Amino acid sequence: MAITGTEPLHTGALLSVAGLTKRFPVGRHLFRKATSFIHAVDDVTFDLEPGGSLGLVGESGCGKTTVGKLLVKLLEPTSGEILFRLPGLADHAVPDDPSELNEPAVDSASIEGRQLRAFRRRAQMIFQDPYESMNPRRTIYDTIAEPLSVQGMGTLLDRVDRVSEILDQVGLTPPATFLFRHPHELSGGQRQRVAIARALVVGPSFVVADEPTSMLDVSSRTGIMNLMQGLAQDLGVAYLYVTHDLAVARYMCHRIAVMYSGKIVEIGETEELLKNPRHPYTRALLSAVPLPDPGSTREPPDIRGELTAPIDPPARCRFFDRCPMATENCRTSPHPPTEEKSPGHWVACYEV
Amino acid sequence: MAAKINGPLLKVEDLTLRYLTRGGEVRAVEGVSFELEQGQALGLVGESGCGKTSVANSLMRLLPDNARLAGGQVWLRGEDIFALEEDEVREYRWRRVAMVFQAAMNSLDPVYKVGQQIVEAIEAHEIEGTISAARERVARLFRLVGLDPALMDRYPHEFSGGMRQRAVIAMALSCDPAVIIADEPTTALDVIVQDRILRELKAIQQQLNMAIIYISHDIAVVAEVTDRIGVMYAGHLVEYGNTADVFRAPLHPYTDALLGSFPSVTGERRPLAGLSGEPPNLIDPPAGCPFHPRCPRATQICQEEFPPQAWEGTQWAKCWHPMNAGAEAPSDVELEAASDVGIVEQSAHGEGG
Amino acid sequence: MITPPNYPGIPGASPGTPPGPPDLDVGNSRFRLALARIRLAWRSFRGAWSIYLESRIGVLSLLIIGMFALMAVAHPVLMLTIWDSGTYDPVTGYAFGQSQQPASPSWRHPLGTDPLGRDVLSQLLWSTRSEFVLGITAALVTVAIATTVGAVAAYYGGIIDAFFMRLADLIIALPGISLLIVLSALFKLNLFYLALVIGVLGGFGGTAIILKSQALSIKVKPYIEAARVAGGGHFHIILVHIIPNLLPLSLLYMMFTVTSAIFAEAVLSFLGLLDVRMSWGIMIHTANTGGYLMGGTRYWWLVVPAGASITLLCSAFYMGGRALDEVVNPRLRRRHD
Ligand SMILES: Nc1ncnc2c1ncn2[C@@H]1O[C@H](COP(=O)(O)OP(=O)(O)OP(=O)(O)O)[C@@H](O)[C@H]1O
Ligand SMILES: Nc1ncnc2c1ncn2[C@@H]1O[C@H](COP(=O)(O)OP(=O)(O)OP(=O)(O)O)[C@@H](O)[C@H]1O
Ligand code: SF4
Ligand SMILES: [Mg+2]
Ligand SMILES: [Mg+2]
Repeated sequence: MAITGTEPLHTGALLSVAGLTKRFPVGRHLFRKATSFIHAVDDVTFDLEPGGSLGLVGESGCGKTTVGKLLVKLLEPTSGEILFRLPGLADHAVPDDPSELNEPAVDSASIEGRQLRAFRRRAQMIFQDPYESMNPRRTIYDTIAEPLSVQGMGTLLDRVDRVSEILDQVGLTPPATFLFRHPHELSGGQRQRVAIARALVVGPSFVVADEPTSMLDVSSRTGIMNLMQGLAQDLGVAYLYVTHDLAVARYMCHRIAVMYSGKIVEIGETEELLKNPRHPYTRALLSAVPLPDPGSTREPPDIRGELTAPIDPPARCRFFDRCPMATENCRTSPHPPTEEKSPGHWVACYEV
Repeated sequence: MAAKINGPLLKVEDLTLRYLTRGGEVRAVEGVSFELEQGQALGLVGESGCGKTSVANSLMRLLPDNARLAGGQVWLRGEDIFALEEDEVREYRWRRVAMVFQAAMNSLDPVYKVGQQIVEAIEAHEIEGTISAARERVARLFRLVGLDPALMDRYPHEFSGGMRQRAVIAMALSCDPAVIIADEPTTALDVIVQDRILRELKAIQQQLNMAIIYISHDIAVVAEVTDRIGVMYAGHLVEYGNTADVFRAPLHPYTDALLGSFPSVTGERRPLAGLSGEPPNLIDPPAGCPFHPRCPRATQICQEEFPPQAWEGTQWAKCWHPMNAGAEAPSDVELEAASDVGIVEQSAHGEGG
Repeated sequence: MITPPNYPGIPGASPGTPPGPPDLDVGNSRFRLALARIRLAWRSFRGAWSIYLESRIGVLSLLIIGMFALMAVAHPVLMLTIWDSGTYDPVTGYAFGQSQQPASPSWRHPLGTDPLGRDVLSQLLWSTRSEFVLGITAALVTVAIATTVGAVAAYYGGIIDAFFMRLADLIIALPGISLLIVLSALFKLNLFYLALVIGVLGGFGGTAIILKSQALSIKVKPYIEAARVAGGGHFHIILVHIIPNLLPLSLLYMMFTVTSAIFAEAVLSFLGLLDVRMSWGIMIHTANTGGYLMGGTRYWWLVVPAGASITLLCSAFYMGGRALDEVVNPRLRRRHD
C-alpha cells in the first residue's frame, strides 16, 4: 500500500505522471523472447489539476491511446509512476469529501482488489469508436448501468433512476424512450452520447476521452464537444482529451501536450501554445492544418519524411530525422530534456 | 435535351439514383446538376450518407447491382455516358474519368509490387506500346506524386499509408484522364501527410490542366483546393457556387451551419454553432425541403414544397429563405402571398446583392 | 470545483433532481428490461430467420427435420390408437398371420416385417425419437463444453489456452469412430452414454478450436475494454460479453454435432456394439446378421427405410448447418442493405 502523501505531487494536482514508459515487444513467440520493442510511450511526464483538461495531440501511432489506457489501468506501464489524488481511493479518506486537495496521493501500480473498484468509480474512459465500444446484444440501460451493477451500487430502482438522469444530462431525452433500446437503433452521435453517459454514470473525477468525436459526422461532433464541455464544468470532471486534431483540442482543453513518437515534445496553455509554438514539430503540425478560408494561403509545413514506428529508436532526439532545425549537437546528444521556456510552457528541444 | 458538342467538359443534369433494399428504396441522389470546365476543381461536401460517393460512382458508371438510375444524364465532352456500350465503358473509365476511391490506400493488392499494379493498368488500356515504356511512364508518375521511382518494385505493405495513397493517385493518373474524382483522398491520413498529398494533387491538376472533383466531409480541405463547391444534403445538391463566395456568404442555412460547426486553430476562439438533430432517413425523407426538421429558418412552406433555386450572382441554393434574404426568415403570411403570385424564384434571384 | 454529492448507493448522482419519468418503478423497469430483451431476441431471430429462409437447402432441411419430428410423435399416437402392442411393439411384437418372416409390405404392415416378425414401420418410427434425443443431447453437451472452453481459453490465453488447444489437437488426432468402437467394446454404452461421449469428444475437440478463434475476435472488441473500465471482473466479461456473442456460432456447430452423433450411432449399432434395444442402426444390423443384405434388392424393406432415414436426417441437419452458416457468417451473405 503506497499512500505517499509526501510525494512531490504538484500541489493541487489530481493526477501526476512521471517518467511513464510503455514498451511493446515485437515479434514475440511462445518460446522466443522479444529482442526488439516498440517504444510506444517513453518517459512521459505531466499533471492534471481537478476539473482541468489536457489535450494530448499527435499523429496516428504516436502513443496517445496507450497513455490513456495506462492511466485507467487497462495496461501496465513498463516503468514510471502514476499518482492519483482521487476521493475515496486512499483507505482512510471519506468518499464524498469535497476537498480533494487534501487527498493523499496513491500510486496507480499499488491499486488492486477493493481499491481498484473504488478507482473504477473515479477514473473512467470514453472510447474512440461508438460502434464497437458497445456490446450489440445489450440494451442502452445495460450498457450505461454496467459500472453500477458490476460494482453492486444501488438497487435496480436506483440504477434505473440514475441512468435516466444521466441520459437526460447527455441530451438523450426523454430517457424512457432510450433506456431499453439497443445500440443498433441509435445513430453514431447518439451512441457516442451513450458512451459518455457510461463513463459519467459513476460520477468520476477523471475521464480519458479517446478521440470521442473522430468517428462522428460534423453535425453530431459539435453537439458532443459542447456537451462534454458543459459536463466538465457542471460536474467538475478532469479530462485527458486524446485527439489528432489541434482545432478540436483548442476548443476542448485548457492545456495541450503535443506528442511525437512516444514523447511529449511540447506542453503548455492552449492559446499560448497555438500562438507561440516553439517545438519544430508543433510548428509543422500547426502549419499543416487546413484553414476553412479559401482566400488564405498557408506555407507548407517544414518537415521531412514520415513518422515511423519507434522500434528500438536511437538515443538521440526522436524528431531528429525529420527536423528542419537539427544540428550536430542533436545528433550526438540524447533526447532533449523538457524545459520550461516560458511560464507553464515546456519544450523538449535543444534549438529552442 | 440534345447532347451539346460545345458545352462544358462535364455536364451532369438531374442525376437521380436509387438503391433497392429490403427496407425500401434509398433515395441516394436526387436531381443533382452541375457543370465542370477543363482545369476546374470542384468540391462536393456534406455529411456521411448524403450521396457524395453515389454521385461519383454514377459518373464512373460503376454502380452496385442494387442501384437504379432513375433519371438524368451525364455528358463528357458532349457525349452521353449512360449511352455507352459495355466495351466503350471500359475505355471511358480510367482513360477519360478516373477515380481515387474512398479508403483506396487499402485497395492495393498485397501480393503484387506497387509499380507492377500500375504497369498492368497501363497495359490493360493500351496506353504504351511496350512494357519498358509503361515502366518509364510509371516512374514519371511516381515522381509526379512525390514518390521515389525506386519504390516501384516494393510491395504495398512496405509503404506507409500516405505513400500508398500517393501510389493510388499515380494509378488514377496513369491513363491521362480528363477528369479525376478523388473520394475522400486524405481522410484517415494525418494532417502533415494530408497537406503533402493535397499540395501534390493541386500542383498536378494545374500542371496537366485537368478537371478534378474532390469529395470530402472536411470543408477546410475543400476550401483550400477547389474553386467551385457543391454542398449536398440528403441526396440533393443544395448549394453551389464559387468556393470563395460560398465560404464568405453561404446562402443555404445548412451550409451556414456546416461552416459554423468547424473549430479553427487560428483566429478568435468562437463558440461552435453546429446543428441539432440527425440527417434524415433516405428511404423516407421529409416532405418539402429535406432540411426543414433541422433548419432554424424553416416555415410552413418548407414542410410542404421543395424549394426553388435562389440565386446570388453565380451562386445558388435550393432554399425558401436563403441567408441573403435578411437576417430573419420571412413570416408564413408573406411567404404564402409571395408564392401565390409565383414570384418566389424571381424575387430570390433579385434580392440581396 | 464541484464534487458530485452522493445519492443512495451511487456516488455522483444528485438527489433532488426528478429522476426519470414517474412510471419507472422497480417492477415496471424489470418488466420493461425483460421486454426489451425479448424484443431484441425476437427481432434478431426474425432477421436471421428471413436470411435462413432465403436459402433453399435451409428450407428443405427444415421440412425434412419437421417430417421426422412428426414421425417421432406418430409412434406413441399409433400405439395408443390403432396398433395393438402384441403385434406392433418394435421390440417384442410379432406379426401373426404371415406365412413367413420377413414379410413384404402389405396393408397391415406398410413396410413389411423383419426376420423376427416385427413391424418395420413401427421400428422406424420408434427409433426416430431416440435418434433425436441422442443427437440433441450430444449437441448440447458439445456446445456447452466447447463454448466454455473456447471463451475461457481465448480470454485467459497463455497456459490455459495452450492446455486446451493441445487437448483439442489430441482429440482431433484420435480416429473418432475407432475410439468409439474401442470404448463400446470395453463398456456397455447405451444411447445416453454414447451421446455424452460424442458430446465430450466434440466439445473438447475441433468445435472448441473454432469457437475459441471466434472468441478471440470478440475479446479484442473495444466493448470488452469498456467493460473492464466499468469494473467488470473476468467472470462478468466472459459470461456477459463473450459467451452471448459466441452463441450464434455455437448453434451452428450444434447442427453439425447432431449429424455426427446420428451417424456414429448408426455405425456402432450396425456393428452390434451398442446396448440399445432398437434403432435405425440395429434394424440394419438385424437384417445383416440374418444374411438378408446378401439377397440384393429382394428384401429392400429391411434396409432401405432405415438407411434412407439415417441419410436424410443426417443431411438435413448438415444442410441446416450450412444455411445457418450464412446467417452467422456475414461474409457469405449476399448484400442486402
Ligand atoms: N497492444 C499492442 N501491442 C503492440 N504494439 C502496440 C499495442 N498497442 C499499441 N501499439 C503500438 O504502439 C504505438 C502507439 O499506439 P497508440 O495506439 O497509442 O497510438 P495513437 O497515438 O493512439 O494512434 P491513433 O491516433 O492511430 O489512435 C503504435 O506504434 C502501435 O502500433
Ligand atoms: N449499395 C447500396 N445499397 C443500398 N444503399 C446504399 C448503397 N450504397 C450507398 N447506399 C446508401 O445511399 C446513401 C448515400 O451513400 P453514399 O455512399 O453515396 O454517401 P456518402 O456521401 O459518400 O457518405 P460517406 O461520407 O459516408 O462516404 C446512404 O444512405 C447509403 O446508406
Ligand atoms: S428551405 Fe426552409 S428548411 Fe430548407 S433550408 Fe431553406 S429555410 Fe431551411
Ligand atoms: Mg488512438
Ligand atoms: Mg462516400
